[in-house]
Amino acid sequence: MSLLAASKLSVHFGGVKAVQEVSFTVREGEVFSIVGPNGAGKTTIFNLVSRIYDTTHGSIVFAGQDITQIATHKVAELGIARTFQNTELFERETVLNNLLIGCHIHRKTSLLEELFFLPSVKRQELKFREAVEDVIDLLDLQSYRDKIIGSLPYGVRKMVEIARALCTRPKLLLLDEPSSGLNPEETEDLSFWLEDINQDLGITIIMVEHDMNLVSQASHRVMALADGQLITIGSPQEVQSHPQVLRAYLGD
Amino acid sequence: MRYIRKTSYLQDIRLVQHRGHLLWYGLALLVVFTGPLWLDRYLVGEFALVFIYAIAGLGLMLLVGYTGLVSLGHAAFLAIGAYTHAYLLNLGVPLPVAMFAASLFSALVGGLVGIPTLRMTGIYLAVATLAFAVIVEQVLVHWESVTGGFRGMAVPKPEFLGLDISSPAAFYFLCLAILLGSMVLVMNLLRSPTGRAMTAVRDSETSAESMGVNLARTKVLVFALSAAFTGLAGALFAHRLSYLAPDAFTLITSIQLLLMVVVGGLGSLHGVIFGAIFIGLLPQGIAIFRDAAPTAVAQIPGLEPAIFGAMLILVLIYEPLGIYGRWCKIRLFFEEFPLYRKSTYKRQKSFLRTERLH
Amino acid sequence: MEVLQLFISGISQGCVYGLIALGFVLIYKATEMVNFAQGDIMMLGAYVAITFINIWDWPFYWAFPATVLVMAAVGVVLERVLLRPMIGEPHFAVLMLTIGLGFVLRAAAGAIWGNEPRALQTPYVGEVLRLGEAVIGYENLAIIIGTTVLCFLMWVFFRFTRVGIAMQAASQNQLAAFYVGIPVKRMYSLVWALSAAIAAVAGILTAPVSLVDPLIGFVGIKAFAAAIVGGFGSMPGAIIGGLLIGVVEQFAGLYLPPGFADMSAYVLLLVMLVIRPQGLFATMQKKKV
Repeated sequence: MSLLAASKLSVHFGGVKAVQEVSFTVREGEVFSIVGPNGAGKTTIFNLVSRIYDTTHGSIVFAGQDITQIATHKVAELGIARTFQNTELFERETVLNNLLIGCHIHRKTSLLEELFFLPSVKRQELKFREAVEDVIDLLDLQSYRDKIIGSLPYGVRKMVEIARALCTRPKLLLLDEPSSGLNPEETEDLSFWLEDINQDLGITIIMVEHDMNLVSQASHRVMALADGQLITIGSPQEVQSHPQVLRAYLGD
Repeated sequence: MRYIRKTSYLQDIRLVQHRGHLLWYGLALLVVFTGPLWLDRYLVGEFALVFIYAIAGLGLMLLVGYTGLVSLGHAAFLAIGAYTHAYLLNLGVPLPVAMFAASLFSALVGGLVGIPTLRMTGIYLAVATLAFAVIVEQVLVHWESVTGGFRGMAVPKPEFLGLDISSPAAFYFLCLAILLGSMVLVMNLLRSPTGRAMTAVRDSETSAESMGVNLARTKVLVFALSAAFTGLAGALFAHRLSYLAPDAFTLITSIQLLLMVVVGGLGSLHGVIFGAIFIGLLPQGIAIFRDAAPTAVAQIPGLEPAIFGAMLILVLIYEPLGIYGRWCKIRLFFEEFPLYRKSTYKRQKSFLRTERLH
Repeated sequence: MEVLQLFISGISQGCVYGLIALGFVLIYKATEMVNFAQGDIMMLGAYVAITFINIWDWPFYWAFPATVLVMAAVGVVLERVLLRPMIGEPHFAVLMLTIGLGFVLRAAAGAIWGNEPRALQTPYVGEVLRLGEAVIGYENLAIIIGTTVLCFLMWVFFRFTRVGIAMQAASQNQLAAFYVGIPVKRMYSLVWALSAAIAAVAGILTAPVSLVDPLIGFVGIKAFAAAIVGGFGSMPGAIIGGLLIGVVEQFAGLYLPPGFADMSAYVLLLVMLVIRPQGLFATMQKKKV
């Protein structure tokens, strides 16, 4: 069953056609990677799915619902969470508070209840905290819980961002270059965590990634893009040996 | 170094997190509650003003310090609160009702100002709020039937249920009670989802939105809340002035309010209190300085705003974290002695912004 | 002919706003800092000119370039002492800093020159030009001509001189400019010198029309509105925004109830911010992620 279906997705910035008529579907429960040289439109597709950019033509359907026009903040409520290429964390807050923001879409309290911190708010806070602790356990972030993001090394920030996305309890996780800036060891760990997230939590993953080792290890299917256009979709081996993909990376 | 062993998640949620807090804040409360007993009459009045500034500062801190939206026009909300309060009192409305209405009306206007400013950030927002404040000032001058224009408007003495609250000590306690109440509300807000949404908007709008934070709702809400607290402070400020005129609510007032939160330390409630003490008592300090300084210096006109300005410059260059930041550094120095490292608080600078086309 | 008369005085007042706005925009484009004290630097320029001409009796045509040079030097000093440490700090901190600077400059001017309004003596004061029924004072004419000449000079400077082109490069991409060998820090000093010099010209031109006192710097706020109306990153936009506000103000004073003239600049600003938050000539863009 397809969880996300994009059909003839296009976006133009002025005269620049960043993505042209790209169609793909992502099945429930799979790890789907997007590869391609710089400027191929990989991150742009993420920004379209998470509604940061407006789609010029085409449509995006998520779990049977057309999300091409919905408000940006509704995307998370539907069950799509994402990370960013250069991390967009809340720099001046602790790791704990960053993760608690992930629980934001599950809040049920009103402003008045919060101003007086009624028992309902307190119960909700405890529930959020437990959910956050589960994610902290999963990704081994215990020792960073009370640290300010600004003081953390880049690799840890990347993991915190994945953790924050997990706190929304998504159905679909968009990871934008999760391994960039990680050392080989951390990348190794990452591939195990991706497997945990995908198989134990049952979360569908789409990732943009340059590290072909990680891509072939972790993903079920791969989509290759070049210059905003779809080249091919297939298994990691098929895509890696596809002549047009080779040409896009290596030139003629 | 102090280690706190945590055994329950509640420990991170409580307002008072450990015994040390209880001791120090308890002592501080004891000192302020007994203030009128050992302060002289004049200083009791000055501290009431400090409390009023602190209430307004809470509002502004929510907006500037926690949500990252800069307002150069908060004097307008102070004015709206003060005039509404005085107008209603003159109609015979009881004090608490008038005060609540003043705060509510200010919140309403705040929310309305918030809506058109949704798409603006940074400088644009600061200037839009400045423009709003100038317009409010002109309205105060020209809407004579309600505000009395330049002639001004008398504020009835504060009284409630036949009780006269106009003596310095009574007014001191009124302001203190409202300040403490407001602080508890703000602290509650900051430990709930809405408070976290605010800091998220401050640190990264894009990612806040992707986490499901409704930017528009959060910003309008914070504007309204901020205006509500500042309007409440305005109601008390009206009694402090006892006669309202537009020249009490100028650009200078707005900047004083902003100075308070910046000098106190952005993004902390301690900062509000430190900042309020600073701007509330600075004029006293300047008066003392004038007496001591040679006449040539003492007679410089506009010395007070100049000292405000100079303070602002010095704080921004040498201590951008404000008084509270300095306090944290000193505390850390003693806690970690002799291992304190200067770089703990080193700021990360950002160059090359990407929000411009060319 | 009242309309023409109002239009001309609107244009001449608008030129002053435009010149100050030009200073804002120059600094913003080059350094991404907002200098809220631009109006007060203009005030300082006017006082320096008064010192040279009224007090020291220098001839006007010597005092003019001397004032511009002195103010350029003041601009460099301000940049080195106050703004250099703020490179890389948030916009808002710099905004607050320059607001503080404005307070200090106002008090300093009051201490040195006193608070009574003074008039600058110019060779052309009191003479008028008749255009049909409209009467234009030479001092207004001087503002319009002066602004036009200055704009032309600026265009030549940024278009054809090496330094001007280097400055543009530094403002578009600091890092890239630095890599190709442009001394970015020196460019910053230069840009402050330039904008202070423009403020000085604005001060000298406006001094004969409106008397000079330490508070005239507050027109800077209206000029700021002009800069934003113009798009806050565009130099022609700054001038056009200034002219627009100058003219609107004159007509609001005639046709609307009292009080609206003072408000009109801000109402225009708010309307503009709501309709077109990016200004007439936009250069802002959403942050990339």
